[in-house]
Amino acid sequence: MTGPLLELRHLSTHYVSARGTRVTRAVDDVSLVLDQGGTLGIVGESGSGKTTLALSLLRLLPPAARFVSGEILFEGEDLLKKSDREMRRIRGKRIAMILQDPMASLNPLFTIGDQVAEPIRVHEHASRGSAWGRALDLLKAVRIAAPESRVREYPHQLSGGMRQRIVGAIAISCEPRVLIADEPTTSLDLTIQAQYLNLLRDLQRSHNLALIFITHNLGIVAKMCDQVAVMYAGRMVESGPVKQIYNSPAHPYTQALLESIPRLGDSRKRLTAIDGQPPDPSAPPAGCAFHPRCPKVMDRCRTEAPPEFRVADLQTSRCWLSAPGSR
Amino acid sequence: MNGSAAHSRPVAATLSFAGRLAAFRTEGFPHIPVLIILTVVLVAIFANVIAPHNPEVGVLGDRFRPPAWQVGGTLDHLLGTDHLGRDVLSRLIFGARVSIIVGFTAVIFAGLLGTTLGIISGYLGRWVDQVIMRITDAWLALPVLVFAIFLAAIVGPSVSNIIIILAAVFWTRYARIIRGEVLCIRERDFVRLAVVAGCSKWTIMRRHILPNVVNTAIVLGTLQLGVVIIAEATLSFLGVGVPPPQPAWGLMLADGKKGMMAGYWWLTVLPGSCIMLMVLSANLLGDWLRVKLDPQLRQL
Amino acid sequence: MAGPVLEAKNLTKHFPVKQGVFFSRQVGAVRAVDDISFTIDPGKTLGLVGESGCGKTTTAKMVLLLEQPTGGIMRFEGQDLQTLDGGSLKAYRRSVQAVFQDPYASLNPRMRVGSIIMEPLITNEPLPSVEVRKRLLRLLELVGLPERAAELFPHEFSGGQRQRIAIARALSLSPKVVVLDEPVSALDVSIRAQILNLLRDLQAQLGVSYLFIAHDLAAVAHMSHTIAVMYLGKIVEVGDGETLAKAPKHPYTQALFSAALPSHPDERRDEIILTGEVPSPMNPPSGCRFHPRCPHALPRCSTEEPKLLPESGRLVACHLYPQ
Repeated sequence: MTGPLLELRHLSTHYVSARGTRVTRAVDDVSLVLDQGGTLGIVGESGSGKTTLALSLLRLLPPAARFVSGEILFEGEDLLKKSDREMRRIRGKRIAMILQDPMASLNPLFTIGDQVAEPIRVHEHASRGSAWGRALDLLKAVRIAAPESRVREYPHQLSGGMRQRIVGAIAISCEPRVLIADEPTTSLDLTIQAQYLNLLRDLQRSHNLALIFITHNLGIVAKMCDQVAVMYAGRMVESGPVKQIYNSPAHPYTQALLESIPRLGDSRKRLTAIDGQPPDPSAPPAGCAFHPRCPKVMDRCRTEAPPEFRVADLQTSRCWLSAPGSR
Repeated sequence: MNGSAAHSRPVAATLSFAGRLAAFRTEGFPHIPVLIILTVVLVAIFANVIAPHNPEVGVLGDRFRPPAWQVGGTLDHLLGTDHLGRDVLSRLIFGARVSIIVGFTAVIFAGLLGTTLGIISGYLGRWVDQVIMRITDAWLALPVLVFAIFLAAIVGPSVSNIIIILAAVFWTRYARIIRGEVLCIRERDFVRLAVVAGCSKWTIMRRHILPNVVNTAIVLGTLQLGVVIIAEATLSFLGVGVPPPQPAWGLMLADGKKGMMAGYWWLTVLPGSCIMLMVLSANLLGDWLRVKLDPQLRQL
Repeated sequence: MAGPVLEAKNLTKHFPVKQGVFFSRQVGAVRAVDDISFTIDPGKTLGLVGESGCGKTTTAKMVLLLEQPTGGIMRFEGQDLQTLDGGSLKAYRRSVQAVFQDPYASLNPRMRVGSIIMEPLITNEPLPSVEVRKRLLRLLELVGLPERAAELFPHEFSGGQRQRIAIARALSLSPKVVVLDEPVSALDVSIRAQILNLLRDLQAQLGVSYLFIAHDLAAVAHMSHTIAVMYLGKIVEVGDGETLAKAPKHPYTQALFSAALPSHPDERRDEIILTGEVPSPMNPPSGCRFHPRCPHALPRCSTEEPKLLPESGRLVACHLYPQ
């Protein structure tokens, strides 16, 4: 099929408090493109809105959330216009998601086999026997040793790394087109994380999956992603191909972030730190949300929020410094 | 500015009914329950001033007068009189005093004892914990009212005895629940850091554990208030509570029981309603407090 | 004084595993820390790295006297801790403080920040309140917090600020050693650099030593003068931070550092992917504990446990290096 697999156009998701007094613009005018088989990283800190963005894609938001504007086009269809029943057919089957804590993602009372087979039985109405057979294949696909015995075990009998693979197996069980991974390796040890990321990459190739990583860890982006979108206070401040962004970041936040991370083999005496802290999403600063911390702040930034500017062929930056004529 | 074609019509337009109901429960300050409780407290404090008659003395010739709005009632006795000619309104007012005093004091004493034992048991652990918990278990196994009656029969009925008895019976709930909280708090980093700083066990219990369980104790107290008031009323009803002629709502129920068949409804319905309102208000307040205080605890 | 401020020799901690309902007998032991030795020099940072179950947290607890070792000795400024009496033990406590990972759990939500910071000091030294106040203000200045912070409660501060409060508290007794257990892992990425810089500045200013535990290898390499790598309760490699990170010698260290995420998409590392899971500390493999997963295992490795021996300026416990 032509065209991108998933496209967000000016999506805005706001949270409204119960009495309608406070509005938190968790996601504000975000536009993204994900191609088939591509890997997109959405980077942000606490309050950046990245998790709300992920949940918006699957419409898994709490009742206090409102989609204020925009479209989520999946294979050309706007997900925001779908009914609950239609969304249920999409979740798990065409778009899947894995979360950070595997212990919380698995039900301690059911066997591994039951849990991996569940989406298959729900979406494809398969019998228990055939679903279990598929479950075994899936366990092999995620490289679980001795799957025949594992399939009857319970989550607490497995290690963290294995549990996260089971979660992965559940996610790909119905051959989705897109897999959203929200901080999938934060709770894993380093060497287990390496194994797991390699597994995800292999699964991506063998199943023709598009991956979206939601993370605060720029290392994952550097290793796994070809596109990246940087979020700050609900807005997307920079996006583009990973190499381009790492080599020439246009937005001061991205620049400062890349500078501040300690690098192996780089014996600098001091890290270049960013002043201040990420803003409270319910009360962001006026104008550009990053202005109180920006080393290159101008007067204009304090009052006017910049729109997105195109800085290179595929790179955008939401900064007055990127406006044409000011570069 | 958003120039896309999509109009700003929210997809999830209004909060569903369930959503609004949930919001009401979590946000609304319980004005009416608090008003009721405050009224009862004020009535109890100013009983001497408010009550139109002496609650303990009645005119026998004036027995079984119905409330003022019924045939045979007078404005002199707004809510009627009982079997001894005593003014029901005045007895209700003075009865509030008993309920409030007994209720609040018993809850506070039970709370102090139970919370202290819960903290000691939870923090020190090992054999201290075992001993205290086994005592608590044994205590809890005793049927509350039977035990209370038993104690009342031994020490004799009086307001102060009733308070002591109720405190002695109800402290166990505190101990159990507070101990559970303490087990969690004990593992938290700031307690570990206090150990690293060299604080003694007792300092830690006082400075770090206690302030962090106070909220739970308060919520438990408000929820217990209703239970204690009913317990007091029951004891009075059974005749082992506040001794007559001092008025107590439970006692009024017992006395009024005899008149129910004869149609003297006000002798039972009125004190019963007072008990119900008081307990309901205490429960609603405790419920609201629990929801209000809990999420903060979780955040912190 | 020239010697190390803290020294551990053959430090061991086994947790007994009991079974049985009425009369529990010991059926095994979790060998969380097994015969490790390390030193922390004055004004320097020892970084401790390893994955779950390696024993680094237990080591930290033993240093803080939150756990008692089951074997080996710890020496503080030359003195054996086990020979210390109550008074000197208290002095040790004062000289070794800690900053933990979770800034939201490290501070008592019901105490004001000023009291939190000064609690260690007033618990150990009776001082007039004027002096306490003076020191409090100095500490707040040291960690970059405003004066008025003293009257506020923890929930009014962000994660990064809370960690500063925790650091101020740890420094209130002018300790010689501060155990930093994942001090920045729970903080936002843009704030980590602030806190790491602060810690380095404080070390330069006050001459305090750190035991720095983190799973972010780059952060550990940046902060530590010496790095010790632990696996299943043992130290497998220890040496100068920079050179160890650039050229690890032990196969596990190599796998660990190769698993570190790159800081640039063009960074290519030889990926050493380990097979299998970390074995349980209750039943560690015989011989070299790493041998079942080691890509370079020799027959000798399954029977003979390698000792920690010098190898080009470092200590490595591996049969690949000639003794």
